[in-house]
Amino acid sequence: MRMELDRAAPLLQVKDLVVEFPTRRGVLRALDGVSFSVAAGEVLGVVGESGAGKSLTGASIIGLLEPPGRIASGGIWFDGQRIDNLDPEGLRRLRGRHIGAIFQDPLTSLNPLYSVGQQLVETIQAHLPVSAHEARERAVALLQETGIAAARERLDHYPHQFSGGMRQRVVIALALAAEPRLIVADEPTTALDVSVQAQIIGLLKRLCRERGAAVVLITHDMGVIAETCDRVAVMYAGRMAEIGPVDAVIHRSAHPYSAGLMASIPDIDGDNDRLHQIDGSMPRLNAIPTGCAYHPRCAHALPRCARQRPELQAVGQGLAACWLIDAAALAAAPGLDQSPSAIAALRKPHGGMAWVRDETQACASAVQPQAIAPLVQVRDLARHFDVSAPWLNRMLERQPRQWLHAVDGVDFAIARGHTMALVGESGCGKSTVARLLVGLYQPTRGQVQFDGQDAHAAFGGRDALALRRRIQMIFQDPYASLNPRWTVGDVVAEPLLEHALAPTRAAAQEAVVGLLQSVGLGAADLGKYPHQFSGGQRQRISIARALATAPEFLVCDEPTSALDVSVQAQVLNLMGDLQRARGLTYLFISHNLAVVRHVSDQVGVMYLGRLVELAPTRRLFAQPSHPYTRMLIDAIPRMRDHGRERTPVQGEVPNPLQPPSGCSFHPRCPLANARCRSERPVMLNIGGAQVACHAVQEGRST
Amino acid sequence: MSQANPSAWARWWDSDLVHSFRHSPAAVVAALLATLCVLAAVLAPWIAPHNPFDLATLELADSRLPPAWLETGMAKYWLGTDDQGRDILSALMFGARISLLVGLSSVALSVLLGVSLGLWAGFWGGRWDAIIMRTCDVMLSFPAILVALLIAGVGRALFPQAHEALAFAVLIASITLTGWVQYARTVRGSTLVERHKEYVQAARVTGVSAVRIMRRHVLPNVMGPVLVLATIQVATAIITEATLSFLGVGAPPTSPSLGTLIRVGNDYLFSGEWWITIFPGLMLVLISLSVNLLGDWLRDALNPRLR
Repeated sequence: MRMELDRAAPLLQVKDLVVEFPTRRGVLRALDGVSFSVAAGEVLGVVGESGAGKSLTGASIIGLLEPPGRIASGGIWFDGQRIDNLDPEGLRRLRGRHIGAIFQDPLTSLNPLYSVGQQLVETIQAHLPVSAHEARERAVALLQETGIAAARERLDHYPHQFSGGMRQRVVIALALAAEPRLIVADEPTTALDVSVQAQIIGLLKRLCRERGAAVVLITHDMGVIAETCDRVAVMYAGRMAEIGPVDAVIHRSAHPYSAGLMASIPDIDGDNDRLHQIDGSMPRLNAIPTGCAYHPRCAHALPRCARQRPELQAVGQGLAACWLIDAAALAAAPGLDQSPSAIAALRKPHGGMAWVRDETQACASAVQPQAIAPLVQVRDLARHFDVSAPWLNRMLERQPRQWLHAVDGVDFAIARGHTMALVGESGCGKSTVARLLVGLYQPTRGQVQFDGQDAHAAFGGRDALALRRRIQMIFQDPYASLNPRWTVGDVVAEPLLEHALAPTRAAAQEAVVGLLQSVGLGAADLGKYPHQFSGGQRQRISIARALATAPEFLVCDEPTSALDVSVQAQVLNLMGDLQRARGLTYLFISHNLAVVRHVSDQVGVMYLGRLVELAPTRRLFAQPSHPYTRMLIDAIPRMRDHGRERTPVQGEVPNPLQPPSGCSFHPRCPLANARCRSERPVMLNIGGAQVACHAVQEGRST
Repeated sequence: MSQANPSAWARWWDSDLVHSFRHSPAAVVAALLATLCVLAAVLAPWIAPHNPFDLATLELADSRLPPAWLETGMAKYWLGTDDQGRDILSALMFGARISLLVGLSSVALSVLLGVSLGLWAGFWGGRWDAIIMRTCDVMLSFPAILVALLIAGVGRALFPQAHEALAFAVLIASITLTGWVQYARTVRGSTLVERHKEYVQAARVTGVSAVRIMRRHVLPNVMGPVLVLATIQVATAIITEATLSFLGVGAPPTSPSLGTLIRVGNDYLFSGEWWITIFPGLMLVLISLSVNLLGDWLRDALNPRLR
């Protein structure tokens, strides 16, 4: 039926779109023959890893292509009218009035100098013939619709007075202000915390359904796509790999890239198998392979794939550009296995080794850390930051000193060879814990014991280097964690030379090559600079550097959150392999519960500087106890159930400078009562997990 | 080295910076002019037609001759002579030598001072930052010329008899002391950004000492803007030097810089001998303009946003 609707009235039609960037080293083709259409009221998801060209597609539709980029051929039609060659004035009239846009960063998509109301009224009046008073009334109605409480008062507030989630609601209100028929949303929830992301997706979905607006939703998050979209387009290297109904693409991918992409996403409901990984990475624009752009990474590539570029052709309910579809059809030829299973196997991702974990041991280490002497023992760890205004301002305005309690009393233990994960939304203090453990910060209170010795006393003492050798860290941003002016060889050799682990330069060089090989790189990479590597390769270099001193304990601060999912799978698998080979102990910081479930033995959930739940991984995901944990797990968009409606999550993380009284989660908690508002709960062992919640401890939670 | 490896030369020729240089006519012309001026200054003792310091060769009869193309001009004094019969062209070349020497060395010294202090302030923050940056603020609240005049004046008062010998030291010191502030502020800003980057934290976790982190990790990453600033500052320093010399507190008349020449010529401007002051003035404009143009080009070429 959807296909029928398509043919009847394509609201937006993109045909053979080619976008080029002329550079002095030749013309780069960023989009190459992209075609799709969106029907009125339909939600089309556009997915792909970074560099796939999905944002460029969105920018071309709204006419915001950054020069020197230009549309070289093909075209875009909106409601039958060609829009890619409009003059600026025609484009301006179209944008906002008929096509709305929502961008990733709610902080920069609003003008900080104007109140939210001024921006809304301006947009409304620019496109609709209404008086100032009517426009204001409309603005109030819009804000109410997007779920902003006390909309009339909030209208006069400035963007900085709104939280991140609230700002994105305002951006949505702005995009909807002139009742556009198409909305282009480019990563609208990527900058938001998972609990807020769920609210925004729900809002976007509801408003578009109510108004019958079509949406082009660009995102890298398959969960968001699965929950929101009717159809999905998978892009690779500026080309369309596959397009079809969302269920079909996610569960019965016709293109090996889509299949690999889906399989490499850690699933919150899945089992603890080793992740499927796609080797290699997205090609750069100046080195797109001939034939099918995906063939160098494809496990099933045929000789033909390297020579001839496949076109989109019908498969099942959708379209895919892959020669294997033909191969499946040709399987009828004699000598080839033509059973359906063999053809299915052609498209199935390869690999799949179990990530073996000793469940009983993991449980024991979480609940009774004393049973096995833990490698790392954290007791009542706290770190407060002085965020007071400069003293002169403080004196003049008679303000007291202000302290940010980033971490406020955290206890846990990690057994040797195990992985402990810390999860929580931004600002919960998980990264501060990481930096405390490696000695980048001094604790305000409490203690970290590493292998029986007081770590912070040692960091300040004469044997600091000896301890630093045993504790290393892997950072989040692969672009910032390597000095751009150093060669890879120098980067990895630095710890060796610093700790005098290599007697000569030649020995250091040899050791560096060994380290690079252990993370899947080679001697040929020694003299290269970081910018010559992709994000995933850089993260491998970071890991090689961290391993240089043969540490026992690795603190990993969001090591994969800046990476694409296929590359994330490579890095997570590598970390698992290294842990098994070297007996490493990990502290894994992440906001991604699915990843955490995949890698860890025990999980600590943090909220505003405190642990609220600490449990073995299986137990935490099977029976989350704390209301916050339940909310977090429920807020994750699932790939499995398309169109799932979920229990709405309320509110956002409060300002950590003024944490709520009692249990800091009580303003958002459905189970809160008078005791929760006044008395801070302590961690108690309840049925195999440690939980800090009055409701759970009193048995009110079910 | 480029000969040993021809591809290195090709790579350099093809690099973005060189490419942008080759395709910027202003930069090429500026570079040619600057090279010409520098060559003339450096090679002055060998190529100048006369030696303006050799009093024996001066003839008072030849004083205040106009340039060669005017009626009363003489072919051997191409740009004319000054009040003591010195050849203007030769004086220009020797004067530019002194101007460039003072300009370059004072910029080198202020880069050294400013970058070190800025790095220190940005890396350690807190008290160090407050002390160094407030000093910067104090320095900035005085006009550069005033500070230079003060230092030159104090230098003169302290060493009255050694003035000739100390003149250049005082000159360079005074320009340095007013110039370092800009570098300190620039470097401090970049350092504040860099020191929070994860590669610096990675080095700290490894146990690399703070001074080594500053020198080996942070410094190379904050030098880009300094390079641009230093290029433009060379022109500013030359002008400051000329100003001080013009005001009589700079280079002594016995070894005249461009500023001194302009000052000497200034007295004759209204009596019709315009060439004595105009040619040194033109030379000064030429040098500072070409250096500024080069600096502007470098700023744009190194700015990733404009690329």
